[in-house]
Amino acid sequence: MSTATIVSLPDQSTARIPKVNFLTKENGLLSWLLTGDHKRIATLYLISITFFFFIGGALAALIRLQLLTPGAELMATDTYDKVFSMHGLIMVFFFLVPSVPATIGNFVIPIMVGAKDLALPKINLLSWYLYVIAGIMMIYTMSVGGVDTGWTFTTPLSTHYLNTHVVSAGLAVFVAGFSSIFTGLNFIVTIHKMRCPGMTWFRLPLFVWSNYAASVLMVLGTPVLAITLVLVVLERTLGIGVFDPAKGGDPLLFQHLFWFYSHPAVYIMILPGFGVISEVVSTFSRKRVFGYTAVAFSSVAIAVFGFFVWAHHMFIMGISNYSALVFSLLTMLVAVPSAIKIYNWAFTLYKGSITFETPMLYALGFMGLFTIGGLTGVFLGSTGTDIHLTETYFVVAHFHFVMVGGMLMSFLSGIHFWWPKWTGRMYPEKISQFAAVVTYIGFNLTFFPQFILGMLGMPRRYASYPPEFQVLNVFSTAGATVLGVGYLLPLLYLTWSLKYGAIAGENPWQATGLEWQIQSPPLTENFAETPIMDHEAYDYDWLERKQASEVASV
Amino acid sequence: MNYISPVLWQFISRWLHDFPLFPPEASTIAPQADALFFFMVLVSLVGLTVVVLLIVGFSLLYHKRRHPHAVQIEGSTLLEATWTIIPLGLFLIIFVWGALVYFRIYTPPANAMNIYVVGKQWMWKVEHPGGQHEIDALHVPTGRAVQLTIISQDVFHSFSIPAFRVKREAIPGRYTTVWFQATRPGTYHLFCTQYCGTNHSHMTGDIVVMTPEDYRKWLQGSTSGASLAQDGERLFASLSCNACHNTQPDARGPNLVGVYGSQLTLSSGQTVTVDDAFLRQTILNPSQGATQGYATIMPTYQGQISEEGVIALVEYIKNLSTDYRLQQTLNTTEIPPEIEGKATGKASAGSGEVKP
Repeated sequence: MSTATIVSLPDQSTARIPKVNFLTKENGLLSWLLTGDHKRIATLYLISITFFFFIGGALAALIRLQLLTPGAELMATDTYDKVFSMHGLIMVFFFLVPSVPATIGNFVIPIMVGAKDLALPKINLLSWYLYVIAGIMMIYTMSVGGVDTGWTFTTPLSTHYLNTHVVSAGLAVFVAGFSSIFTGLNFIVTIHKMRCPGMTWFRLPLFVWSNYAASVLMVLGTPVLAITLVLVVLERTLGIGVFDPAKGGDPLLFQHLFWFYSHPAVYIMILPGFGVISEVVSTFSRKRVFGYTAVAFSSVAIAVFGFFVWAHHMFIMGISNYSALVFSLLTMLVAVPSAIKIYNWAFTLYKGSITFETPMLYALGFMGLFTIGGLTGVFLGSTGTDIHLTETYFVVAHFHFVMVGGMLMSFLSGIHFWWPKWTGRMYPEKISQFAAVVTYIGFNLTFFPQFILGMLGMPRRYASYPPEFQVLNVFSTAGATVLGVGYLLPLLYLTWSLKYGAIAGENPWQATGLEWQIQSPPLTENFAETPIMDHEAYDYDWLERKQASEVASV
Repeated sequence: MNYISPVLWQFISRWLHDFPLFPPEASTIAPQADALFFFMVLVSLVGLTVVVLLIVGFSLLYHKRRHPHAVQIEGSTLLEATWTIIPLGLFLIIFVWGALVYFRIYTPPANAMNIYVVGKQWMWKVEHPGGQHEIDALHVPTGRAVQLTIISQDVFHSFSIPAFRVKREAIPGRYTTVWFQATRPGTYHLFCTQYCGTNHSHMTGDIVVMTPEDYRKWLQGSTSGASLAQDGERLFASLSCNACHNTQPDARGPNLVGVYGSQLTLSSGQTVTVDDAFLRQTILNPSQGATQGYATIMPTYQGQISEEGVIALVEYIKNLSTDYRLQQTLNTTEIPPEIEGKATGKASAGSGEVKP
C-alpha cells in the first residue's frame, strides 16, 4: 500500500462521467447566460478571469521587456506608464480580487456547507454580469488609449493633470467593486443560513472560514473605494474640490480613503488563498489541519486588524509622526496571524503521510514564498526602514511575493485540486508537476532581484533607470520568461484534459470535504438528498470507516 | 544578432565589473537605518530557515513511502503560544527600533541649515538661503545638518536620496521636512519616487556632497547676487505688501517683525504658532489666518505667486527681526501706499534698489 501517491481513480475501462451533471443538464448558450447554478457561474467566472489574467500577463511581459535596457527603448515613457497602469488595474481588480472567491469559492462553498446553491443565485449571476460590464469598460478604456494613473488613481494627478481615460477606468473599477460586494454578501448569507444539519461553525472547512473573513472585508471595504472613485470622477468632471488644495480640499484625504479599501483589499485577495492551502495541505498529508481553531480565528483576526493599518502606506507623506507610530504598531500585530498560519500548516505535515501531487507542490511553494512576502512586509511596516524602502522596487517585490507567489500559487493549487471535481477528469500529473516547479523557479528569478534593486533605491514605475541597475533587471526579465512558460503550460494541459484526461471518479484525492462525497462533476442541485454532517472537518478516520462500510455493503 | 549583441555585451561587461548589490552609506543616519535593516534580514533568514527546515524535514520524514499512516493530532496550545509570542516579540523589537530611526529622520535638529525644495512636473527646484538656485541638483556640505523644506507645485512627488536612506513626499499645498547630515563627499542619485505623470522617470538629479571648503567655494561661485530673503523682500515690495504690513501705528495689517515663531491669536480666537506652513497658508488664503484686531481685507494670492515666490516671502518674513528692516523695505517702494490702496499683485517687479 505504501505507494508515493494517494490518487485512487476508478477502473478506466468501465468508468464513465455521470450522464447527468451540472455541465450537461441543460444545453445552449442561453442556459449558461441565464443560469442560477453557482457551479456554472463559477465556470463563467473562471473563463473570464483567465482571459483577463493573460491580458494582464501580456502587459507584464511588455514591462519586463522595457526594463531589459536602462533607456526607454521599447516604449516611450507615456506608453510605458499606460502599460504598467493597465497591468495593475487588470491584475488587481479583474484577476486577484475575484480569483479564488468568485471561481473556486463560488464552486465549492455551497457544497462545502451542504447547500444546493448560494443563498441568492440571481444576485450571483448579477455579480458576474457586473464583472463582465466592468471588464468591457476596462477593455474599452484600453482600446481608446488607456489610462496612466497607476492602479492607485492618485490625486491630483488623476483629477487635474492627465488627459487619458481616467473616468472610464474609474467607473470600470466602480462597477467591478459592486460585483465583489455582491459575491461577498452572497457568501456571508450562505454561510450563516444555508449550512446543512450538523454543520456547526467549527465543523466548517477552513476554506469557508477564510472566505467568510474575506467576504466581510469585501462588504465593508469596497463601498469606500466606490465612493472614493466617484469623488475622483466628480472632481475631474465637475471640479468639486474635495481633493484640490486650491479649493480647500486635501489631496491626502484621497490617500486615506483609497488605502482604507486597498489595504484590506490585499487581505481580500490573500485570505481565500489561505483557505485553499488549508484544504490542500490537509488532504495531501492525510491529517487534520494542526490547530484548526487557531487557523480559523487568525483569518478573523486578519480581517479585523486589516482595517486599521491603512496609513502604513503613508509613512513618508507628512502624516503626524505619532499616527505613523500607531499604524506601525498595528501593522506588526497583523503580521502575527499570518505567522501563526504558516507554522500551523508546517505542523500539519508533522506525522502525516505526505504525497506530492501538483496541488501540494503549489501549496508548499506558497508557504515558502508567502513567508518571504510576509517578512519583507515587516521591513515596510517598520517606520524607520520604510522611509528608504517605500516607493522602490522593494515594495514591488514584496507585493508580488504576496500576490503572485502567494495568491497565484494558491489559485493554481486550488484549480488543480478541484479540477477533477469540476470537470470529472484528471489533469496530466507529470507535466503539471513540472509546470509547478518551473513556476517556482521563474518566480524567484523574476522577483528576488527586485528586493536588491529596491534596497539600491531603484524607484518603481520608472520607464528608464540608471545603467548600474541593469544586471539585476536582466535577471528579472529572464525570470519572467520562465514564469511565462510556467503559466502557459497549465492553460494548455488543462484544456487538453477536458477531453483526454483520465476519469476522476468521486474522490480521487481521498479527501474528506462534502464536495468529495458526491459525483464529479456534481449534479445541478449538488446533493441527491440533504447531507447530514456527523463528524469534524478533516476527519480521515470517518472517511476510512465510510469507505470500508461501502465496500462491505457491495 | 547585430541588434542583440550590443545589448548582450553591455550586460556581460556590467555583470562582470559594474554590479552594485548595496547602496553607498553617505549620511549619519544611513548606518543606523542599515543596522536595523540587517537585523531584520537576520530575523527573516532565521524565520525562513525554520519554516523551510520544518517543511523539508517533515516532507522527508513523513513521506507516504516512509510513513504510510498518518497520526491524527488536534493541535497544541503550547506550540500555538510559542509561535504567537516569539514572532510578536521580534516584531515589537523591530517596531520600537524602527520608530527610533523614523523619529530621528523626521525630527530636524534646531541648528539645521534650511534649504527649500519645490517639486514640479518634472523637475526639482532647489532654493538655497544664500540665493543659489539649482535645478535637479542639490549641493550640500559634509558634517552639517541640512533640513529640506519640501513642497510640490502640482502633483505628489517624492524626494528620495537612497545613499542617505531618506525620502520625503512633496505634497501640493503643504510643507514637509526631512533632514540629514552627509558624511562622504561624492555624487549620489536623487530620484522622484512617487509616480507623477509622463516623465516621472526623468525627474532625477544629483546630490553633490562636498567638503565644507569646496562647498564654500561653490556657494560663492553660484550665487545669483541676492539672497533668498532679499528676493522675498523685492517681492514683498513689488506686491505692495508693505502698503498694509508696515510699522506705522495705523497700519491696516499686523507688523510682521519677529512674527515668525511667535504665538498669534487669530480673529477666530484660536492661538497658533507662526511657522512656514502658517505663513504660506495665510499669504495664499488670508481669511483663514486673520490676526485678531485686524479687518480681513487682505486679498488672496492663490494662483498669483509661484511656490518659489511664496518660499522667498516666507524666508524674508522669517528673517525680519527689526522694524528697521521693514522700514527699509518700505522706503524701496516708489508708489505711496495711499495711492496703491489694496495690494493687487500687479505692481511692477523689482522697483528700486533693495540693499540699504
